[in-house]
Amino acid sequence: MTQSTLVVNGLDVVVIGHGMVGHKFLECVLADVAQSAPDGLDVRVTVLCEEPRPAYDRVHLSEFFAGKSAGELSLVSEGFFARDDIRERVRLVLNAQAVSIDRAARTVSVSNGETLAYDKLVIATGSSPFVPSIAGNDRTDCFVYRTIEDLEAMRLRGASAKSGVVVGGGLLGLECAKALRDLGLDTHVVEFAPRLMAVQVDEDGGRMLRGKIESLGVTVHTHKNTTAIVDGESAANRMVFADGTHLEVDMIVFSAGIRPRDELARACGLEVGARGGIVIDDACRTSDPDIYAIGECALWQGQIFGLVAPGYDMARIVAKTIAGATSAEAASFEGADMSTKLKLMGVDVASIGDAHGKTPGSRSYRFADERREVYKKIVVSGCGKHLLGAVMVGDAAEYGTLLQMVLNRIELPEAPEFLILPQADGKAKPALGVEALPEGAQICSCNNVSKAQICAAVRDGATSLGAMKAATCAGASCGGCVPLVTQIMKSEMQRQGMAVNNHLCEHFPYSRQALYHLVRVENIKTFGDLLAKHGRGLGCDVCKPAVGGILASCWNEFVLKKEHASLQDSNDYYLANIQRDGTYSVVPRMPGGEVTPEGLIAVGMVAKKYGLYTKITGGQRVDLFGARVEQLPFIWEELIDAGFESGHAYGKAVRTVKSCVGSTWCRYGVGDSVGLAIDVENRYKGLRAPHKIKFGVSGCTRECAEAQGKDIGIIATERGWNLYVCGNGGMKPRHAELLAADLDRATLIRYIDRFLMFYVRTADRLQRTSVWRDNLEGGLDYLIDVVVHDKLGLATELEAEMQLVVDTYECEWQKAVTDPQTRRRFRHFVNSDEGDQHVAFVEERGQIRPATPEERQQIPVRAQHETLAEIPVVVEAV
Amino acid sequence: MSYVASNAIAQDTWVPVCKLDDIVPNTGVCALVKGEQIAVFHIDDGDARVFAIGNYDPNSQAAVLSRGLVGSLGERIVVASPIYKHHFDLSTGECLEDPVRSVNAFAARVENGQVWVSA
Repeated sequence: MTQSTLVVNGLDVVVIGHGMVGHKFLECVLADVAQSAPDGLDVRVTVLCEEPRPAYDRVHLSEFFAGKSAGELSLVSEGFFARDDIRERVRLVLNAQAVSIDRAARTVSVSNGETLAYDKLVIATGSSPFVPSIAGNDRTDCFVYRTIEDLEAMRLRGASAKSGVVVGGGLLGLECAKALRDLGLDTHVVEFAPRLMAVQVDEDGGRMLRGKIESLGVTVHTHKNTTAIVDGESAANRMVFADGTHLEVDMIVFSAGIRPRDELARACGLEVGARGGIVIDDACRTSDPDIYAIGECALWQGQIFGLVAPGYDMARIVAKTIAGATSAEAASFEGADMSTKLKLMGVDVASIGDAHGKTPGSRSYRFADERREVYKKIVVSGCGKHLLGAVMVGDAAEYGTLLQMVLNRIELPEAPEFLILPQADGKAKPALGVEALPEGAQICSCNNVSKAQICAAVRDGATSLGAMKAATCAGASCGGCVPLVTQIMKSEMQRQGMAVNNHLCEHFPYSRQALYHLVRVENIKTFGDLLAKHGRGLGCDVCKPAVGGILASCWNEFVLKKEHASLQDSNDYYLANIQRDGTYSVVPRMPGGEVTPEGLIAVGMVAKKYGLYTKITGGQRVDLFGARVEQLPFIWEELIDAGFESGHAYGKAVRTVKSCVGSTWCRYGVGDSVGLAIDVENRYKGLRAPHKIKFGVSGCTRECAEAQGKDIGIIATERGWNLYVCGNGGMKPRHAELLAADLDRATLIRYIDRFLMFYVRTADRLQRTSVWRDNLEGGLDYLIDVVVHDKLGLATELEAEMQLVVDTYECEWQKAVTDPQTRRRFRHFVNSDEGDQHVAFVEERGQIRPATPEERQQIPVRAQHETLAEIPVVVEAV
Repeated sequence: MSYVASNAIAQDTWVPVCKLDDIVPNTGVCALVKGEQIAVFHIDDGDARVFAIGNYDPNSQAAVLSRGLVGSLGERIVVASPIYKHHFDLSTGECLEDPVRSVNAFAARVENGQVWVSA
């Protein structure tokens, strides 16, 4: 074995195709090579990509029409190919098509004139859309749905079209129908078979699916054999069907299946299947041992796998074989489970194993609810012990459990019908005991994570969903396995004797969410009341601010009211941000970052008068540093006189709404981002929450306000506003995700109301929206269900709760300076008008900064202010 | 609490600093006593008690302890420094996280609504 590694040292690998599977191969081979360093192979990889851009996520292609950009769909992290360690190994050639393979010379000729020598060749050419041979299928209004270029062409035509049809009612066809609907077209689906998704779904399920799809405004035509496409009368084209009927539409998209792209392999004499596909063995090797084929172009035991997960498996196997020649781990492809779960236009559809009950002797259980439009079926072996397959339409909550039962041949419970029946009173749904799963059970198929790996991660300290995703990637892609991952994680934590405990602190045996609920339901208005009813001890610096925040979120009383004052962290207690030397910084609100020259001058005058250090913040406002406690009320009074109010920079609350200048001035702007930002900021200003909240509003997709890095990001589109949520800059940057697209202003505000209040209601203490989202079991789909589709029936309640906060808003500075009880607290000493002698400043770049402790030592205490910085210190007598 | 045994302390060390009403229950204030900054806390869990420790937080090197949040950890009554959140025992001045960086504790008492500190 060791001998052979020497021979292959300095290995040239050529990859034809940079799609999802080609890129996965690249990632895996690099990781495997890095792992075998330093005595590992010197592998150099050249990747040929015929498209103008590197690999992107084709599974989520339809999101392109819901507002995602090509960049957001990219699978390649920014700067990946420019990284030094990548650059020395990998060359990506865009717009380059492999023209032919010379197996004798071991070279590939490329459309750009290059000839590349290879030691190992990986064919990852994928598939092309199948276009049925119908007369007129090459008309200018005919499209296919595969690449971003295809989508751009569709979008261009869609802009002037009124109607469109998808030929093909399978999985991809319905995805495509969603795209047409997102383009605002009157959408039709034409299917040759008698039902939609004939491969995955049975007759009853197909009927239910059809009903759901049609109720979403898509017209479905089954049993239709298109014979020709000709000029139309009421629209640009007419589809002529074999039964004599016709349909007129402006544009046509073919999505009638895929064909493996095996032409290169065919031309160089590699074995291909009778109906296409490059024949591979268990090691993904073609009939030439130096050439591999992976993904949708490969034919394994007579099967083509049109899903991404088996393609990824093949990529991993080939990467291991190429990079890990010394590895004892003999990887082999063992086929793949073709079970699928997806959301089509908001409708859950799932299919597992033998969905049609083709196994001899098998029996099925069926449940249909025509009111809720839910259909579920399980197929059970003749002996009744094992689950063979399932179909679910309208609700696929049991997918993870049922899939594991099929894959691991777990014995069925006594009455398997309860696996799919709705829970009746007192009868608990038989859950799959995760203990029953074998260690090797694959839980996350997207990222190939086993139960054993999840358990190991728990033992290494990953005890939250977010930490689990970071440690193992389980649940980080499609999210379908998240409920199961959570169950396994909790079960392992219990097994390890780890407390599955989310108590806020020693004073309250409740999570923040539970306390919020108690405060709401029992109408509790003070910390003392909550502590007496549900807690113990005096409270502490963990539970007091948390409860203070909950009370403020719910009832929005003045935070420095006598009952609440002692709950506030020093920042909230002084309505300013404490700095390292015990002085404070002051941030007046400038909604949307808009400020008049007079306002700016007034802020400058205040800073000058009180000798404050001045800096522009990231949230488009001005921060004034070095204010002493006793100066704060005077500073606020002057700012209030100039028309400013508190910016809540000190609170776990809504802070700022950053905006770009928008359509008012910018020649590219399509929406008035400043106007919206100001309204939004004024609506939500000061809302107390589990953590700080930042907004951004951009006037076009150039995104100058960096809204996708904010908790709430709003981006103007030609048709309204796109709403993004749960982004973050800071310690762990996270891009916000699209919650809803092309909203009018009223709907936008309603969705933000619901989103914010749902976050306020359910997040943990000090949990930013990004972490909250990563820990949300149902993921983005769930959030969309709650906020957009109102699945929990909470929308009205959440909106009303927000309206109360909006209606009871008061500027806290104004309140503090006018309330004598509060105002008299703003002194450093309770028994003296002197200031804190430890505070001293020195001058730097024309402004003050705190003196270091060493600098303070050198100056006689009394003379500090005068000698260190030539800056006035104004303290007016109270 | 130690301040109950205040009779043992010479009378002239006691200094009146403020009215009990000047301290919002379960918060602190800073008093200037003989040139020294002393953080005085008013704990109210049924009956009113006062505590006094040095105001200067050795961890952050800022005079801020009077502005911390007070509470209990187990049986101990503590204040959390507003800068880096170290906890100080109000009875002894001990820093729970780093006892080397503890502060002085002072006797304190309330008499007819007047808060007294012995320093």
